[in-house]
Amino acid sequence: MSSSSFPEEKFRWGMLLSDTRYRGTSLQVITFIVFVAVFFWLVDNTLKNLALLGKDVSFDFLWIRAGYDINQRLIPYTNDSTHAMAALVGILNTLLCAFVGCIIATILGVFVGILRLSKNWIVAKLMSVYIEGFRNVPVLLWIVMVFALLTEFTPAPKAFKGANPEASMFLFDSIAITNRGTYFPAPVWGEGSIWLLIVFFLSVFAVLTLKRHSTKVKRATGKDLPTFWISILLLVAPVVAVYFFLGKPITLNYPFLKGFNFKEGIHLRNSFIALTLALALYTSAFIAEIVRAGILAISKGQTEAAASLGMRPNKIMNLIILPQALRVIVPPLISNYLNLTKNSSLAIAVGYMDVRGTLGGITLNQTGRELESMLLLMGFYLSVSLLISSVINFYNRSFQIVVR
Amino acid sequence: MKKISFLGLVAAVGLTAGMVSAATLDDVKARGNLNCGVSGGAPGFATVDDNGKNVGFDVDYCRALASAIFGDPMAVKFVPLTSAVRFTALAAGEVDILARNTTWTYSRDTDLKQTFLGVNYYDGQGFMVKKDLGVSSTLELDGATVCIQVGTTTELNLADYFKENGMSYEPVPTADNAESQQQYLAGACDTYTTDASALHGTRVNLENPDDHLVLPEIISKEPLGPLVRHGDDQWADIGRWVLNALVIAEEKGITQANIDSWKDTKDAEIHRLLGTGDTDILAMMGMPKNALYNAIKAGGNYGEIFENNLGATSGINIERGVNASWTKGGILYSPPFR
Repeated sequence: MSSSSFPEEKFRWGMLLSDTRYRGTSLQVITFIVFVAVFFWLVDNTLKNLALLGKDVSFDFLWIRAGYDINQRLIPYTNDSTHAMAALVGILNTLLCAFVGCIIATILGVFVGILRLSKNWIVAKLMSVYIEGFRNVPVLLWIVMVFALLTEFTPAPKAFKGANPEASMFLFDSIAITNRGTYFPAPVWGEGSIWLLIVFFLSVFAVLTLKRHSTKVKRATGKDLPTFWISILLLVAPVVAVYFFLGKPITLNYPFLKGFNFKEGIHLRNSFIALTLALALYTSAFIAEIVRAGILAISKGQTEAAASLGMRPNKIMNLIILPQALRVIVPPLISNYLNLTKNSSLAIAVGYMDVRGTLGGITLNQTGRELESMLLLMGFYLSVSLLISSVINFYNRSFQIVVR
Repeated sequence: MKKISFLGLVAAVGLTAGMVSAATLDDVKARGNLNCGVSGGAPGFATVDDNGKNVGFDVDYCRALASAIFGDPMAVKFVPLTSAVRFTALAAGEVDILARNTTWTYSRDTDLKQTFLGVNYYDGQGFMVKKDLGVSSTLELDGATVCIQVGTTTELNLADYFKENGMSYEPVPTADNAESQQQYLAGACDTYTTDASALHGTRVNLENPDDHLVLPEIISKEPLGPLVRHGDDQWADIGRWVLNALVIAEEKGITQANIDSWKDTKDAEIHRLLGTGDTDILAMMGMPKNALYNAIKAGGNYGEIFENNLGATSGINIERGVNASWTKGGILYSPPFR
């Protein structure tokens, strides 16, 4: 026993709240219990009310015939397929839109972000207008706006008909822009095209090796090897040579007008273009601001130091500033990718059949399984979001400063 | 934590199913008005006129029902619903009754737990095209782009019809009638398909109705009718017999104008219907003796409501056809009121 003048206090229940040694823990325990209780009450209430309405929770509806058609399908689907297949078609459509949208948004965003810092007054101000314009108008309006532009100001397929058509196709009759979408020639992979693909990948590999070699030389001697034109040559020459050697294995399937619509070729529907483009433009404005913030976060001394070594401005940007700025840029970039993915659920505004349109729209309506469909939808968006953030977090880790 | 918040959301979704009381009539009386789910804009069936007043075939049915309950045809709050949310809104108790040109089908009746009160309009799915498309039959529509409202029975009929006839099509899904119309006019689709009645209603409201044509083929049965939730039979009975009363009134020649002149009739059914006799059989469903009198008084009998909203008076000019009373060659037939 110590000789302290404080008598050893005996434990009382009241001390759980009054004593600072216990208070923190006991408050957390109480909060947790209340949380769990409320949660169970909510679930219980839901099930009870569903039972009152005579409804059960069942996912059997996924395996019955869907009965409806979907215009844009990345996998084989007919109206005889199941609701689960319809949901999958929708999921792929969502992912396609999100993927293409993120790529366009990133490229545009980086350009606009850098250009906004330009010393050229007009360029900088134009970029400010772009950013403020897209950032401060709800994305739904942009989607509807782009869609309206695409449907109202482009010719109907009918306009291409006749001896003196009102509208004509572009690029030697290969691309048709109509108010139902844009039709491109589709490549037909003939015999031997696999070799072309192999040659192409070998070329890509060669370019990467060249790049690595030039970086190595630069680090060792400081000399810049002329890689750009060599890379282009490496990419193009072998593929073209093999293409003619094999007797043109890849041909193009041109779209042509037959009946009410264009047939063959690749059909990019206006709903897809409008949704993806609007989402990309909108998100790129946010990404531009992130890029700008990332660049501004790098101390001015870095630029000045590089300049005093005699580096040109674009070299300074590519070699000194951007690699460091990436550390600041990547984490908020993730949340913008997530936003774009989640915003793609606005697709129904332009009739794009994403997962919200199939599973959360038509399937929900035809089967009346609201709760189940919504749960599945939420589960899907949640897992996609978590997946995207974990992938980019992994990528991000390779950029962080390693503290020893 | 992410997982927990997700589960919380699940529960929140469940809560919106809300508490739905079994005694709808009591709820409606306590509230002082009827909540009626109608279409957001289906010419002839439910629209808002230039004075901001709800008008239409479905609207008038709700007014008759409100009049039966309160004696006041204006005691209705109209809730515009898209085809996608209508059943959810009804199931959640947001509306007491759904009169939104809704097709009576087996799965809606059973799986969706709804009670259809009868058929107030025998419809069928049709197609509208621009005349300069040069099409005169749906069988010439192979390869066409078709505008269609999502979440409707028309979507399934369309898929079946084109498959049966070995034709292909490209669906352009739209959220409602207004959007379909806009896409159709912009030429983003070759044809617009929905219930023929709605097509006729839409056509007369277009800028140049004569440039458009509703194709003669009807590819499906679409019996439209009002519906309520499962589980309240009394409420379903009231809705059903208000509808039947309007049909019987037309059979018997009772109109809005002459409804007060039947006191001396020898027809006992009319006395029972209007509550002018000695027996009060309306008490059987918990309604006042003059409830159906009020219902008919509100907007007239079935025939008058039809003429005012869909027929010649309205400018939409839909023929009565099968929707005529059975006494006049149609299939409209009410069970006897006794």
